[in-house]
Amino acid sequence: MKILVPIKRVLDFNVKVRVKSDESGVDLANVKMSMNPFDEISVEQAVRMQEAGLASETIAVSIGPDKAQETIRTALAMGIDRGIHVKTDAEVEPLAVAKILKKIVEDENPDLVILGKQAIDDDSNQTGQMLAALLGWPQGTFANAIEKDGDSLIVGREVDGGIQTIKIALPAIVTTDLRLNEPRYASLPNIMKAKRKPIDAKSPDDYGVDLTPRLSTVKVSEPPTRSAGIKVESAAELVAKLKEEGVI
Amino acid sequence: MAILVVAEHDNESLKDATHKTVTAAKEIGGDIDILVAGKGVKDVAAQAAKIDGVRKVIVADHVSLKRQLAEAMQEVIMPLMDGYDAILAPDTTTGKNFMPRIAALLDVMQISSISGVESPDTFVRPIYAGNAMATVKSSDAKKVITVRPTAFKAAGEGGSASIETIADPGPVKSEFVSEELSKSDRPELTAAKIVISGGRGMGSGENFAIIEKVADMLGAAVGASRTAVDAGFVPNDYQVGQTGKVVAPELYIAVGISGAIQHLAGMKDSKVIVAINKDEDAPIFQVADYGLVADLFKAVPELEQALRDAGYS
Repeated sequence: MKILVPIKRVLDFNVKVRVKSDESGVDLANVKMSMNPFDEISVEQAVRMQEAGLASETIAVSIGPDKAQETIRTALAMGIDRGIHVKTDAEVEPLAVAKILKKIVEDENPDLVILGKQAIDDDSNQTGQMLAALLGWPQGTFANAIEKDGDSLIVGREVDGGIQTIKIALPAIVTTDLRLNEPRYASLPNIMKAKRKPIDAKSPDDYGVDLTPRLSTVKVSEPPTRSAGIKVESAAELVAKLKEEGVI
Repeated sequence: MAILVVAEHDNESLKDATHKTVTAAKEIGGDIDILVAGKGVKDVAAQAAKIDGVRKVIVADHVSLKRQLAEAMQEVIMPLMDGYDAILAPDTTTGKNFMPRIAALLDVMQISSISGVESPDTFVRPIYAGNAMATVKSSDAKKVITVRPTAFKAAGEGGSASIETIADPGPVKSEFVSEELSKSDRPELTAAKIVISGGRGMGSGENFAIIEKVADMLGAAVGASRTAVDAGFVPNDYQVGQTGKVVAPELYIAVGISGAIQHLAGMKDSKVIVAINKDEDAPIFQVADYGLVADLFKAVPELEQALRDAGYS
């Protein structure tokens, strides 16, 4: 089985976002960027499946600027075999990402594509589902457990009421939830080894996908801010205040 | 403009998220129809028909739709989309699962988790864990939108829409195996008026009993931070935050929760926020209306007693 793992370079999850004063977007200059946390979980899952003898080859793909290559190197250091970097400085919407990934799937013929359930920058939660639809493949979204069962996967999904288990025929799309696994740290020798692993340089033109955004950003603004309230001295005082507010 | 709203339900009753999605549809404006897809959904359809402002309820009743798996939903929705300019579903795990498939097949970009409608093609949505609000304008002919239920008021009752049934979908490539749903007599987390959440400070799952007691006195739902879920104190579906549930109750009580960006993303639109934490520098105090700096194992039982003194039982 061959596994494809799309990954995204995003603002590090610990960084406090700053909205630009002209409301054109958030300030990404000189801030720490990292691999999207859900994608780290996808990479870890692919590597574990390979270590368990379930996968013969693992490929990481990232669509983005020059620096997205660093994100691919991180995946290679975690154990992915090779990378594909689709270089573009444009902001690419989930629909266009799904279209590029569809072409890569057609070139590479993976049996499984593992994506993160959402990127922590645009919070869209769309790409995996869109790719599944374009390919006509079944999907196992928000996975917290994946097991291979012959030509199918048994996927445990985190749904609103608890856990749902489904069986999907391969080839398939899986999107990962936080509790699927604990991603490993890349060791120094593995980081050195990753430097010698191949990364294919591609451009969106190679895939003939139109990247024109369908959504234009009118503005990006600060959310309404809450200010700190007051400190109470005791539980009794707290109850009195909440009664005054009329919330209990 | 004709708008299709996909109902959220458990085959027995219609969820409040549907009413809130109808409100978002009304703000866009046009004729609103509701799709109820499931198995044995006669009662759900009847409830949907009562929502004020709904023109028609479309019922797809088939065993393959019982769990609303994405592939089956796609089979039902796609043939209907010729007749609609927009499709809206609540931003629940069900809606998040099937809606992007519809968008991709219509070759349009989905607008996820909207919290406001500016005009029929312009919407507001939170990005970066709710730390920025993006106003986006869609150039697509059809709009595929998921709606953040906590951002809209529920549409009222009093309607009397007609109900029609459509044909079964064909076979699909995924099948339901089993589910383990958390059993609880407490109100549903996303719809509760009061939510009490515990974090890492709770120390263990057993210790959650002390906040459950207070929750039961107030008729509140119990939530948790990611660290509490990861530590196995409570099930995953208790998680409030960027990657869990988004709540906006009248009162949110955070117990032993530091207030990481990702947790705040799920609760900072609550009307009144209370924090109980022994670390007075915890970020949660920066958003709390009322803060009590105290050891939660002392403060929560005291809160229980104070509520009892105030007439709660």
